[in-house]
Amino acid sequence: MANAPPSTLLDDSLDGKAAAVFSTSPAAGGRMILVEDCVETSGAFVVHHLLKRCLSPHSSDVVVFLSFAHPFSHYDRILRKMGCNLSVQRDNKRLMFLDMLVLERLGRDRGKTSEDVFIALFGEIQKAVELCLSYEGRQHITVIIDDVSLMEVDANGSSNLVLDFLHYCYSLTAQFGCSLITLNHDDVYSNEDRPGLLLKLEYLADVVIKVEPLSTGLASDVHGQLTVSNKGIHDGSGKSRNKVHNFHFRIKDSSVEYFYPGSKT
Amino acid sequence: MAEWICRTLRDGGLEGEHAPALTINDTIGCPLGSFVFDHILSQLSSFIFCQKSQSNGIVLVALSRSPLYYEQLLKSKGFDVVTSSTWFKILDCYTDPLGWRSKLVESGSIRSLSSGSSLTVNICKNVKDLDELFSSILELGKELSGDGKGRFTVAIDSVSSLLRHTSVPSVAALLSNLRSHDQVSSLFWLLHLDMHETRVTAALEYMSSMKATIEPIVQSVDGPRGNSENLSLMEQNLRRGKFCVRVKRRNGRVRMMFEELSVEKSGIKFTPLSSEDEMTAQSLVPKVQFNLQLSEKERNDRANVVLPFEHQGNGKTIQIYDGRKSLNDDKAEMQHTSVQKVDSNRGEIIYFRDSDDEMPDSDEDPDDDLDI
Repeated sequence: MANAPPSTLLDDSLDGKAAAVFSTSPAAGGRMILVEDCVETSGAFVVHHLLKRCLSPHSSDVVVFLSFAHPFSHYDRILRKMGCNLSVQRDNKRLMFLDMLVLERLGRDRGKTSEDVFIALFGEIQKAVELCLSYEGRQHITVIIDDVSLMEVDANGSSNLVLDFLHYCYSLTAQFGCSLITLNHDDVYSNEDRPGLLLKLEYLADVVIKVEPLSTGLASDVHGQLTVSNKGIHDGSGKSRNKVHNFHFRIKDSSVEYFYPGSKT
Repeated sequence: MAEWICRTLRDGGLEGEHAPALTINDTIGCPLGSFVFDHILSQLSSFIFCQKSQSNGIVLVALSRSPLYYEQLLKSKGFDVVTSSTWFKILDCYTDPLGWRSKLVESGSIRSLSSGSSLTVNICKNVKDLDELFSSILELGKELSGDGKGRFTVAIDSVSSLLRHTSVPSVAALLSNLRSHDQVSSLFWLLHLDMHETRVTAALEYMSSMKATIEPIVQSVDGPRGNSENLSLMEQNLRRGKFCVRVKRRNGRVRMMFEELSVEKSGIKFTPLSSEDEMTAQSLVPKVQFNLQLSEKERNDRANVVLPFEHQGNGKTIQIYDGRKSLNDDKAEMQHTSVQKVDSNRGEIIYFRDSDDEMPDSDEDPDDDLDI
């Protein structure tokens, strides 16, 4: 059995030390992780890291990936550099990639209303979840959505429809052992007067990962900071719940380095 | 104060009176509202289970958390889930609030519709129709008593979710109808203040007779995020908060009470507000290189200082007070001398200090009274 990859600060903040995978017992249910980023610091690397973690050979998790932003080839290229072959995972049925950029997807070209499109999309996700759980040894499903603001565009600007869809996806975490990871952009909503989509997502999420630039400005060896707020409600083990972690990161060619402020030599 | 609220909800409303209604408010800065909601739900459940309450049971409208969650909550508090259906009913608006699942089941895309919980639940498939919701609540309430006429408590998991689907007037109408219904003994709901405009939260406040707000104990300063102080405050606000209760009494008076709440592994704890205010004050004092605080000894010494206008030359040689005499000696002497001189015509200046906290730089000039 190959050694588990060393856990990074990001992994520790999500699960507590010495845990390389998400909680896999069905009783624990799943949780929702919200990644918030902005133009200066893109949070895409967090999504890639989490995707790679879910598809690691040490877990039997299955991923359903909803992409509103990029086609499959984009992620395939990036994850390949990180040492993970998405095409193989897709063939092994461990990854289900739903490319929302394709117009024929769910009959959007046939003049269906946005609501019907999203209902059908939810149907596909639930079907995938039920199917995967029927296989032996497969206990946990992760649904990744990249990203919510583009999903809102797809919903013709109806944030209510987006929230309804996310509510239904979230309800899967209660019923099945399912986790939800979404990416959203902070600055897209900064001009709104009324409390917007972002706040509602923050209430819904169990873990909020904020990716921001450093308060001191640009730097060559530190690209930004991550703040992980783990709300965590009722958990028997109480690993890293009700905790806030903050650390810096540096994006390298094929990986990302995480370190505490000031510890970079 | 939390106990007081639970008792008020337990006792319910009098005949012909509106049911007491509690709104639990929180914000994203200190999102502990759901813990308080769970606590109150558990407390009322124990009262009802022991038949110490006016109401026969609870009807819970679950919008933001699943029936499975509540089943686990009841189990963790020691209730038997199977028999709980005689006094605990859930209107499930979580599993399929907009009927999407039903549509998919009809079209054959998915199989199951169950909520996954073993509690008996009624599933609501259209949360936008509040009239239907109201009748469903009443229907469930009738099942809680043998003759269908007993009183019951209604709990709404999150009015914020309800407001997202419908308009403010319809939600206000629903709450008002529930409050004024004969069979509703008491009512409580959860609301996230920052998700709505102020006029909306104000409108809902009018619907309630008690308002419990959870605020951060110390407001986090808008400083650089990486600041460790800010981080520890953020973390603290995930676990502790200030519990402010505002109650409108029957005679019109408004009473405010404060407590501190903290969420621990064993549950939620309410304690009287400690001297956290001191901590706030300390954090507001600017950080300079000299000491602006008083130590305990310094405070005692200050209290012992006899001010110049508090004594006369008592027949003794007038000593210029140099700050070393204690107050007690002088007081005893003063009492003694005032008894002696009470029937003489000598003028006296008797000074009673207004308060011990009177600042040295207050408006009166203390030297006006000097009799030197």
